[in-house]
Amino acid sequence: MRLIDVARLLFGVFAVLFLIAPLIAILPLAFTSSIFLTYPIPDYSLRWFRELAVADAWRLSIVNSLIVGTGTTILAGVLGTMAALGLRNSGLILPGLFRTAFLLPMVVPAVVLGVGMQVFFVQIGFANSYAGVICAHTVVAVPFVVVSVSASLAGIDRRVERAALSLGASPLTVFRRVTLPLALPGILSGAVFAFATSLDEVVLTLFVAGPNQRTLARQMFSTIRENISPAIAAAAFLFIVGTLLVAAIALLIRSRSTQPKTPA
Amino acid sequence: MSEATARTRLGALGLVAPLVLFLALFFAWPLVSVLKESVSDPVGLRAFPATAEAALGWDRQSEPPIAMKQAFVEDLRAIDDQQLLGDAVRRLNSAQNGFRTLMSKTVRAAQEQSGPLDLVAVDKRWADVRFWRAVANSTYPYTDRNLLAALDYQRDAAGKVVALPAEASANTAILIRTLWIGAVVTIACALIGLPYAMLAASLTGWKRQLLLGAVLLPLWTSLLVRTAAWFILLQEKGLINDTLIGLGLIDGPLPLIFNRLGVVIAMTHVLLPFMVLPIYSVLLAIPKNLMPAAASLGAPPWRAFLRVLLPLSLRGVVSGSLLVFMTAIGYYITPALIGGAQDQMISSVIAFYALGSANWGMAGALGAILLVATLALYAVYGRLSSDRAGSL
Repeated sequence: MRLIDVARLLFGVFAVLFLIAPLIAILPLAFTSSIFLTYPIPDYSLRWFRELAVADAWRLSIVNSLIVGTGTTILAGVLGTMAALGLRNSGLILPGLFRTAFLLPMVVPAVVLGVGMQVFFVQIGFANSYAGVICAHTVVAVPFVVVSVSASLAGIDRRVERAALSLGASPLTVFRRVTLPLALPGILSGAVFAFATSLDEVVLTLFVAGPNQRTLARQMFSTIRENISPAIAAAAFLFIVGTLLVAAIALLIRSRSTQPKTPA
Repeated sequence: MSEATARTRLGALGLVAPLVLFLALFFAWPLVSVLKESVSDPVGLRAFPATAEAALGWDRQSEPPIAMKQAFVEDLRAIDDQQLLGDAVRRLNSAQNGFRTLMSKTVRAAQEQSGPLDLVAVDKRWADVRFWRAVANSTYPYTDRNLLAALDYQRDAAGKVVALPAEASANTAILIRTLWIGAVVTIACALIGLPYAMLAASLTGWKRQLLLGAVLLPLWTSLLVRTAAWFILLQEKGLINDTLIGLGLIDGPLPLIFNRLGVVIAMTHVLLPFMVLPIYSVLLAIPKNLMPAAASLGAPPWRAFLRVLLPLSLRGVVSGSLLVFMTAIGYYITPALIGGAQDQMISSVIAFYALGSANWGMAGALGAILLVATLALYAVYGRLSSDRAGSL
C-alpha cells in the first residue's frame, strides 16, 4: 500500500465518521435511565419515552407537530403540484421567473422571514393560530414540492397524454387517469419533504406560534437551550424513526402505484 | 390554433396563480414589512398630526412659526392614549436628550390651561430651536435612523451622519463576526469537501455509495437532531472529551461547547453536504481520460492534479462556497444552542430585537441588511450555475 493510499483511506474514514458519528451517538442515549445526557449509560430504560408521552409540554407539542405537519403537507402539496403542472406547460410566460420565485423561500434567511411574518400576522390577526403556523411552514415547504413534482413530470412522455386526448378523453380525465398516476411518485416524495420540513421548522415557529401551537421542534429547541435532558435524545429518536417511517410508506405507495402498469 | 394557445396559456397561468398569490401574501409581503419596519417611524405623526401639517412650511433653522407651536399645544391636549404619548416621548428623547422632563412639564401645562400657551414660560428649553427641530423631524413618517444605527452611525443635531460613540456601537462588530464565522465555516467546508468529493468521484461501487450516503444522511436528518447530537459530543462530559481523557491525551476536559470552536465544528458538519454535492457533480462531468492524457504527456501525478483536476473542479468549489457562506451568515439555531454570548451572529441579534425587546425598527434594519447580502450572493450563485448549464 502506498503512502497516498493510506492517506486517502484515513481521510475517508475520518470524514465519514465526522458526518455520521454524531447521528449514531445520540440514538442509544434515548434509552438511558440516567437524568444526564452523557455516556456511559448506567442502565437501559424507556423512562424518557414515557416522559414524552406523559408530560403535557411534550405531548401537546407532538400533537401540534402532527396537526401542523399534516396541514402543511396538504397545503404545500396542492399548491406545489398545481404550480409544477403550470410550469410544465409551454404556454407559460416567463417560466424562469416563476421558477426562481418559487425557490426563493429556500434562500431567504429564516429569521428575516420570521420577523416579517410576525409583523404581518399581527396586522391581519393571524398571529398565534394554527392557520398562521401552517401558512408559515408551507412557504418554506412548497419549494421542495415544486422541485420534486417538476422532476417527475419531466419524466412523463407527453405523447401518452396526447394519445389519451385523441382517443376522446376529456382533459380532466386525462389528468386523473394519466398525468396524476404518473406524477404520483414525485407528489408523494414532495409531500414527504414538506412534512419533514414542517416537522423540523423552528425559527418561523418561534416568531409566529403562540404557546398553544408549540411544536415538537420548538419544544426541543427550548429544552436544549434551557434544561437539557435525555428527553431530547428520545425525541431525536422519534424524529429519525418518524422520518424513516414516512419515507418507507411513500416508497410502498410508490411501488404499489407502479405495479398495475406492468401487466397491461 | 391561436385560440388553443390562448387556452393553454390561460390554463398554465391558472395553475401557477394560487401559489403566486400565496407566496405574494405570506412570503413577499412579510419581507416588504421587514423593509418597511426598518424605515418607518409612525409614532410622531400619529401623536402630533396638527404639528406635522404646520411644520411643512418651516425651514427648521429659524424660529418656528407661532401656528406650529399652537398646533403642538393642541396636539398635546388632544392625546388621550397614554401608550402613544409614552412612545412619542421616548422617540423624541432618543433624538434629543431632555425631552422626558420637558414633555411631562409641557403636557401638564397644556392640559391644565386652555387657550394659547406661552411655551417658553413653561420651560426655557422651548426657546431652543433644536427641540422644535426634533419635534418637527419626529412627525416625518420615515427615518434612516435604524439603518444608520444598524451600521453604528447616527445623525447629529445638524443632521450630518456621524459614527456612534464606541460604547454604543455593537452592530458592526456583530456584522464582522457573522462574516468571519461564515468565512471560517466556508473554508473548513472547502478543505474537507474538496478532497471528499474527489475521493468519492475516484471510487466506484459500494465505497462511492458509502461516501455519498454519509453526505446525504445528515442532509436528511433534522437540523435540531444534529445540533443536539453535537451538544452531546462536545459537552464537558461528552464523548470527545471522555475519549481524549480515556486515551490519556489530555488531563482535563477541553472547552468545546459554548465557544467559537464548537459553533464552527457543528456548522461545518451541517453545511458540509452543500459543499460536497456541487463539487461532486462538477467532477463527474470532467471527462475520464483527461488525467491519463496528462500522464501520457509526461506530467507527474501531482502536476496533473494541480494543472488539470484542480482548476476544473474550482467551479464546484466556488458554487459550494457561495452556497455555504450564504446559508452560514443567516444561521440562527446552531449558534444559539452551541455558541456562547460571544458567538452570536446577526440572526440572533435580529431575533433578540424582535422577540426580546419588540424593537421592530432595529430588527427590520438588521434584517434588511442580511436579506440584501443573501440575495446578492444568491444572484451571483444563480449566474454561475446558469453559466455552467449553458456551457454543457
